[in-house]
Amino acid sequence: MVLTGAEIVIRCLQEEKVEYVFGYPGGAVLYIYDALFNQKQVRHVLVRHEQAAVHAADGFARSTETVGVALVTSGPGATNAVTGIATAYCDSIPLVIISGQVPTAAIGQDAFQEVDTVGITRPCVKHNFLVKDVHDIAATIKKAFHLAKTGRPGPVLVDIPKDVTMQKCAFQYPENVSMRSYNPVIKGHQGQIRKAVQLLLEAKRPMIYAGGGIVLSDAAEQLTKLTRLLGYPITTTLMGLGGYPASDRQYLGMPGMHGTYEANMSMHFSDVLLAVGSRFDDRVIGNPAHFAEEPRKIIHVDIDPSSISKRVKVDVPIVGDLKEVLDEMIRQLEAAPTRPDADALGAWWKQVEEWRRRDCMKFKNSDEIIKPQFVVQKLWEVTNGDAFVTSDVGQHQMWAAQYYRFDKPRRWLNSGGLGTMGVGLPYAMGAQLAHPGAPVACVTGEASIQMCIQELSTCKQFRLPIKIVNLNNRYLGMVRQWQELFHGERYSESYMDSLPDFAKLAEACGHVGLRIDKPSDVEGALREAFARKNDLVFLDFQVDQTENVYPMVQGGKGLTEMILSSEDL
Amino acid sequence: MRHVISLLIENEAGALSRVSGLFSARGYNIESLTVAPTEDSSMSRMTIVTSGSDEIIEQITKQLNKLVEVIKVVDISESAHIERELMLVKVRASGKDREEMKRMAEIFRAHIIDVTESSYVIELTGNQRKLDAFVGAIEPELILETVRSGISGIGRGDRVLKL
Ligand SMILES: Cc1cc2nc3c(=O)[nH]c(=O)nc-3n(C[C@H](O)[C@H](O)[C@H](O)COP(=O)(O)OP(=O)(O)OC[C@H]3O[C@@H](n4cnc5c(N)ncnc54)[C@H](O)[C@@H]3O)c2cc1C
Ligand SMILES: Cc1ncc(C[n+]2csc(CCOP(=O)(O)OP(=O)(O)O)c2C)c(N)n1
Ligand SMILES: [Mg+2]
Repeated sequence: MVLTGAEIVIRCLQEEKVEYVFGYPGGAVLYIYDALFNQKQVRHVLVRHEQAAVHAADGFARSTETVGVALVTSGPGATNAVTGIATAYCDSIPLVIISGQVPTAAIGQDAFQEVDTVGITRPCVKHNFLVKDVHDIAATIKKAFHLAKTGRPGPVLVDIPKDVTMQKCAFQYPENVSMRSYNPVIKGHQGQIRKAVQLLLEAKRPMIYAGGGIVLSDAAEQLTKLTRLLGYPITTTLMGLGGYPASDRQYLGMPGMHGTYEANMSMHFSDVLLAVGSRFDDRVIGNPAHFAEEPRKIIHVDIDPSSISKRVKVDVPIVGDLKEVLDEMIRQLEAAPTRPDADALGAWWKQVEEWRRRDCMKFKNSDEIIKPQFVVQKLWEVTNGDAFVTSDVGQHQMWAAQYYRFDKPRRWLNSGGLGTMGVGLPYAMGAQLAHPGAPVACVTGEASIQMCIQELSTCKQFRLPIKIVNLNNRYLGMVRQWQELFHGERYSESYMDSLPDFAKLAEACGHVGLRIDKPSDVEGALREAFARKNDLVFLDFQVDQTENVYPMVQGGKGLTEMILSSEDL
Repeated sequence: MRHVISLLIENEAGALSRVSGLFSARGYNIESLTVAPTEDSSMSRMTIVTSGSDEIIEQITKQLNKLVEVIKVVDISESAHIERELMLVKVRASGKDREEMKRMAEIFRAHIIDVTESSYVIELTGNQRKLDAFVGAIEPELILETVRSGISGIGRGDRVLKL
């Protein structure tokens, strides 16, 4: 079958069973858009800004087990996509981004809308390609999908010059990929796993610290089984929320900068720490020197060897896919002649429960003014804890993470590694398209939402009934909090004047807008919004302007040096 | 500590910038980097001279391995190995200096590979120390120009870096 390069691109996407492509057309991709026009299988979502195309593809991928796909034109199309690509890269999200490029002969001539896309994106992709020959398109796209989803996942960009999309060649989609330079380790080392199981069984103060890798590898089931089998306390990072049911007794909440007292204390004072798909991020362990002061043995399972012993020295490294490794650990544990030391474990749990009794997540509610934490609690109740919740970056993100208790993986979508304001609405678009009919809430702030607010229009075009929960504190709240605590209350540029009337703005885009001022109206507004199954509802909650996120481990401090509330200051 | 890392990488456009970009992005040292295709022209071999603590060197090799086009990475300085560098030096060679330069070349087992009435080009291979010693042994004002290739390295004995 002889096809044009553009037709081959679309055929490849069909072969990969891609349901949605998020994109924006332009000169360099006109042939690809033409090929898209002539078929029905791959549907295109026309966003209003390329950054949102990549975020939406990313949200689609996060909420499913599939690879997200975005399509952008050369030059400004590609540069607009960079923030989206970097965001996905930092959280290891599988994406394929197809970008148009100026014709081969024009490359290097400072042609119209020419940028070195491969060069610009190199540090923020898992890999990228420039396809200079039509015969290479199919094999390259096949490789791109393979690279994106195997090993440590990540975004892969394929840059295709316009003339290559016009040329013709016979199409055949390769059945498999073999690359001599790329062979991620899947099965963990048996001997290492045996050592790990031994250590776990001998532990007196064990702790499990699970991260985004659990979600990425779809190993929540294995993790839950292992954790219950052992009976040990567990924490999940911001990226791992939902990887273990939050409603379970063994769950201690999130660790780190805004984690719970009990999770941080247990991490710190554990004698054996099992890290699975988590990477000892600075927002999690705080000061590494302080963390290292307490002696403990660390077992670290990760598919990427470079995540291991990067920030913290590890005693038992295990490279492999979590699903495989956890299955093997469970098998060995079930076969083991010994059980965990019941007395030691009992004493440890007694200590952990004592920490938990500090009830560090309590907050003073109010009848007069809406507390942001209260809104998230109500959101959790109203949606029975079963919604897809996306978030932007700031205080609202932390409150969403702390007060919405996720029992299932892939329900919580946020930018942890890059911390990109603006992801919330496009993530919700991706999640809603992937799960039509499911409740999708975007918990955002009045500043973050404005970074991709243009997508309200896309939501209208594609009838996406997202519920936007705007925790409007009229501040760049997270910035204001740091200025209050660490910069002598000098609120430099963290206050935004002349905010839009969000309810009216939503209405102008054809949606429903509500402004909520009173605590007593919070639940009713949420119920009304979710009852409107076909409408996007923008809920503009006027929340307490001065509320801060606690607990807090200040940058550079250790995990045990937490500020638990404003009374600690 | 100084380390010599050898690697095999797909001979693709942009492969070099992936490696050099990794070093600059992560703030690793590069003292020298040499690269050329191997006998199998689909692959290139690089020798990178770098320095850092054990932890940093471990990260460097892991990060290099993580690059999709990198096929194999070995820290050849972990055991017995040979390092060689090529240097070309253009020196003033007139009057009494002419004989002196010739003598110096002989002592260092270098070759004079270009001759004019007033200058020589001297070719010298060896490890870094030998090349430094040669440069140190010549009067600075006689040196017109030098160019060094950076180090190529190979393990001694049976150890081979191959596909
Ligand atoms: C304002 C703000 C505040 C924050 N505060 C906190 C906080 O208080 N607490 C917190 O936890 N985070 C916080 N973060 C997030 C933080 O910056 C990091 O993004 C996060 O902690 C990293 O999560 P992780 O360790 O689970 O790793 P991830 O980034 O999720 O990495 C996943 C790991 O799993 C591995 N992996 C992937 N697939 C597999 C597989 N199949 N098998 C095995 N391993 C695999 C990867 O190689 C990688 O090492 C905050 C972020 C922001 C923006
Ligand atoms: C694109 C981008 N620019 C700047 C920042 C730095 N930043 C982090 S949180 C924040 C304030 C967010 O304000 P808002 O969305 O209103 O959330 P709040 O903290 O008030 O809940 C800023 C500016 C960022 N994370 N991303
Ligand atoms: Mg705000």
